[in-house]
Amino acid sequence: MTSAIMIAVMSIVTILIRFLPFIIFKKNTPRYISYLGTVLPPAIIGMLVIYCLKDVSPFVHPFGIPEVIAVACVIGAQVWKRNSLLSILTGTAIYMVLVRIIA
Amino acid sequence: MVNTHTIRQAFHKSIPVMAGYMVLGAGFGILMRNSGYGVLWAFSMSLFIYAGSLQYVGIGLLAGGASILTTAFTTFMVNARHLFYSISMIDTYKDAGKCKPYMIFGLTDETYSLLCDGTVPEGVEPDLYRLFVTLFDQCYWVTGTVIGSLLGAVLPFSTAGIEFSMTALFVASFTEQWITTNDHIPALTGLISTLLCLVVFGRDNFLIPAMLLITLVLTLVRSREERII
Repeated sequence: MTSAIMIAVMSIVTILIRFLPFIIFKKNTPRYISYLGTVLPPAIIGMLVIYCLKDVSPFVHPFGIPEVIAVACVIGAQVWKRNSLLSILTGTAIYMVLVRIIA
Repeated sequence: MVNTHTIRQAFHKSIPVMAGYMVLGAGFGILMRNSGYGVLWAFSMSLFIYAGSLQYVGIGLLAGGASILTTAFTTFMVNARHLFYSISMIDTYKDAGKCKPYMIFGLTDETYSLLCDGTVPEGVEPDLYRLFVTLFDQCYWVTGTVIGSLLGAVLPFSTAGIEFSMTALFVASFTEQWITTNDHIPALTGLISTLLCLVVFGRDNFLIPAMLLITLVLTLVRSREERII
């Protein structure tokens, strides 16, 4: 029973967070918020890249080498072919091989 | 009349999320089962909460019997970044119609990264397309959760490293956004501010300071940026 209530709380708080901006700015969006809406996407994706790599330790084995190589491959593939699916599959495959060889 | 072209395009767009969500969802299902919560519990969380990192944190909260207040506060701290996603989708989702509440509910990190540039493929109904990308992504997450919970550790092959597909997804969309614009200030702001906060605040507490710093920097460069946009 307690667990069910806790799951409900997590669900409701998450929903509130996701809906809040839409509710507050329902009528008209202030120019400042519209501005944030245009500049935030690239900034947030940058934040998420770092967030995904937060557990990489540059000072202990394997020194983040698999991550650096795989990230470089994703960037290279994306610049070369502009096909996200291809870049992601290539980078992930290379990473899966690297963690088996290096780690 | 269902627009199959739109649905097919949405499915194609969502494929990069499939592997990552199936694996991370399965990992969640396995951990839930190890903590004594069966498939119905795991399934309910993936259906009603649908926020990956919070669900992982939530296992600890459930198992440790945290208070309602702690649960609510932790949820807010872990998911505060979703405020940002919603702010930047206000205009895009303006006319999304009767499925808009579900599209807002399903705005995870990954769905956001697929849809945040605002562009859609040629010939699709934009809102239907975004709805189906959102829906496909949650299907992968829920399916992964159920598989993990039911099959657990009996998977016949090692999937070590497949979780990198999430990182790769963000790196690819970062690169694509970088290529399509000449204004790299926002992207660099996100990257450098977060890195700085990671170093200063450590890996457990850097996300909220990073969001504040990003907002601050983007606010300070506003007049300069608005001349470019």
